[in-house]
Amino acid sequence: MSQPKDFGFNEDISMLKETFAKFLTEKQPINMLRPSLEGTEDPYHGATRVGFFDKDTWQQMIQLGWHAVAVPEEQGGIGMGLVAATALAEEIGRFALPTPLSTTLQACFLLRELKSAGADQLLSQIATGESVGLAIYGQQGSLNTDSTDVMYEAGTLTGTSWYVTDAQKLDHFIVAANSENGIGLFKVSANQPGITLEPDRIVDLTRDQACLVFSGAQAETLCDPGHGEPSLKAALPALLTLIAADIAGAAEWQLQTTADYAKVRQQFDRPIGFFQAVKHPIVDMMIQTDATRSLVYNAACAFDFDKDDAPRCAHLAKSSASDTASLASQCSTQLHGGIGFTWEADIQVYHKRQIHSEFMFGDGTWQRSKLAELI
Amino acid sequence: MSETRLSNEQQEFQEFCRRWLAENRPGPTKTPLPQAAYEVVDEEHRIYLSEWQAKCYEAGLIATDLATEYGGHGHTGLQQIASAEVHRAKVPYFINWIGLGMTVPTLLAHGTEDQKKTFLPPIFTAEHIWCQGFSEPGAGSDLASLQTSAEKQGDHWIINGSKVWTSLGHFAQWMLLLARDDKQNKYGGITYFLAPMADPGITVKPIHKMTGESGFNEVFLDQVKIGDHLRVDEVGAGWKVAMSTLTSERGAGVGVGAVAGESPRLVMQQVINLAKDTIRNGKSVWDDPIWRDRLMKMYERTEAAIQNARRTRVKAINGGAMRIPLQGKVAGSEISQDLHHLALGILGLSSSLYTRDTHAADDGKWALGYMNTYTGTISGGSSEIQRNILGERVLGMPKTK
Repeated sequence: MSQPKDFGFNEDISMLKETFAKFLTEKQPINMLRPSLEGTEDPYHGATRVGFFDKDTWQQMIQLGWHAVAVPEEQGGIGMGLVAATALAEEIGRFALPTPLSTTLQACFLLRELKSAGADQLLSQIATGESVGLAIYGQQGSLNTDSTDVMYEAGTLTGTSWYVTDAQKLDHFIVAANSENGIGLFKVSANQPGITLEPDRIVDLTRDQACLVFSGAQAETLCDPGHGEPSLKAALPALLTLIAADIAGAAEWQLQTTADYAKVRQQFDRPIGFFQAVKHPIVDMMIQTDATRSLVYNAACAFDFDKDDAPRCAHLAKSSASDTASLASQCSTQLHGGIGFTWEADIQVYHKRQIHSEFMFGDGTWQRSKLAELI
Repeated sequence: MSETRLSNEQQEFQEFCRRWLAENRPGPTKTPLPQAAYEVVDEEHRIYLSEWQAKCYEAGLIATDLATEYGGHGHTGLQQIASAEVHRAKVPYFINWIGLGMTVPTLLAHGTEDQKKTFLPPIFTAEHIWCQGFSEPGAGSDLASLQTSAEKQGDHWIINGSKVWTSLGHFAQWMLLLARDDKQNKYGGITYFLAPMADPGITVKPIHKMTGESGFNEVFLDQVKIGDHLRVDEVGAGWKVAMSTLTSERGAGVGVGAVAGESPRLVMQQVINLAKDTIRNGKSVWDDPIWRDRLMKMYERTEAAIQNARRTRVKAINGGAMRIPLQGKVAGSEISQDLHHLALGILGLSSSLYTRDTHAADDGKWALGYMNTYTGTISGGSSEIQRNILGERVLGMPKTK
């Protein structure tokens, strides 16, 4: 199999990305997020944050079909691949959008690997506008695909899934659980008996996170026990690429916002962007962001067109993205000076989203250790 | 690595290039060639490399997509294939890299019909080697402060001054020359000429580099006489023309042929192999997780540069026509430098062994190569100047000047 030169970025996908970006430009997600944060600021006495997302925005996104981009046509979706999903993920990151879409896109690529009646059923539910996320980590947050603390026995789940991203926004979860025959993947729904959602207090303001505590929750089998781990492995390149795209989008916002600030902020009678001590680090943000973007498009294209090469390309993309998340955040806060350190500035919102994303599915060092095994 | 999708014509041409390069690979030289084209000083090497370049041109690997009236082969969409195959084949580099990489794009953009028809064909055959007369002792990063003067006398110009860091000056028949026609106008007082190196007023004196090699020169111009027909573009337009030459030098221009010898991906693979083959404390360097992380970070940067080049041509996601191309020189030269430094670290103390030491790994090429990477980060606008350009032209920040 070979990759197309244009990263598979055809006219349909360009249009999709453009339309989605225009939609989010009109929404200004951070302005919608801000009221939900009031009173929660104080880390010692502040009110607990709710997993905010704008439900009207989500309904409009469903009407426009963006929720079903990666659902196969047989299950009522649009049937596009990772190149298209990555285009959406990049814009989600650029606008720091709180949304059930990020995890739902992840779920689509995992479900597509399963090829079971249960998985197809859940894909059909996504096509009708229901949202899904992944509950696959144990407490250690080990990045291996066999780290779950949940047990499956006689049709029910017990134990706890940790670090479940955007749990408060979702209708269903795909749970990785140990069974007699190895790790299996199971479907549970948010409001069913036997499940308690315990929200985490997290740094990132644009996402929520929780523990899912299972006490004999009825679970529907999505794949045969023992097939959970290979399926997670097969979907991992997609998961890595989507989060790397989110980082690339957010880094582009950090870059443009910092460059714009350097043009207007005056010190020593000049805009600070005149000084090379300010100008050059901003250029380095651009060089790193562009490296990440190119590796992200390459990884998405590899997944759709050259799947054997997808793991290598995905580790490259997330390795670069993790380091870009760190560098772009550090520079954006530092070069904004005092104002960048305030709660009031949106710089902090992106910074906190980025250092959350940096470690999702493994940081740069982790990716490189996996990459070395493939070289 | 996967192939990108090619048309039938491109595929056929690719097969032709592979076959031709395999069948026509030149034999070894008596003494080894230097690592890069800008270090060539031996007459034996000049003849060998000029013949090789001419042969590649005859075969259609150079000027592949250029119009036939300028000596090109008149194809479309095949140059990038030829250049990629030349890289891949690990054949000797093209000696006339300034002619191919700078003179050609500059004349195509700014030259008269007559200049294009006269000067382009001998560049491809390497009959005319070109050098670049831009930098002066007092005009490096601040190139527009150059003082070499051009005075109009009838239908010709009289040039006086000196140039420095002139690669290939010792071989060249022609020079891309910047000279000042107006002392009162810093940027608007520069004119661009094609200068014949055979003029009796030109003296070339070699400079030795930190590596001990030569390859570049000081050039003194004393009452040099240049006909007005050798002026490029308008009087006073030299700065504008120079910027287009430098854009080509920095990897953002339209190519007519691959110039460099070894691709970054190939050098990266050599360094990974070096780590696997170098044993320290009973284990290979590759087996040390810290070294493996450093190597994989380097590998990530190399792959990113390759994917950046690919993205340049995808309009929907390239961020504007110049954004990625203008990063090419600074990113590429810094990757090369860090990569060579990594190789020195893998070798440890053995990296102190230089060329012709019988114990030196790869005949000292890593130490030599490391030092030579500073050519990339300094010449053609240093990395600091590149960052100014990127900040100003791409991100719109105020000019540092």
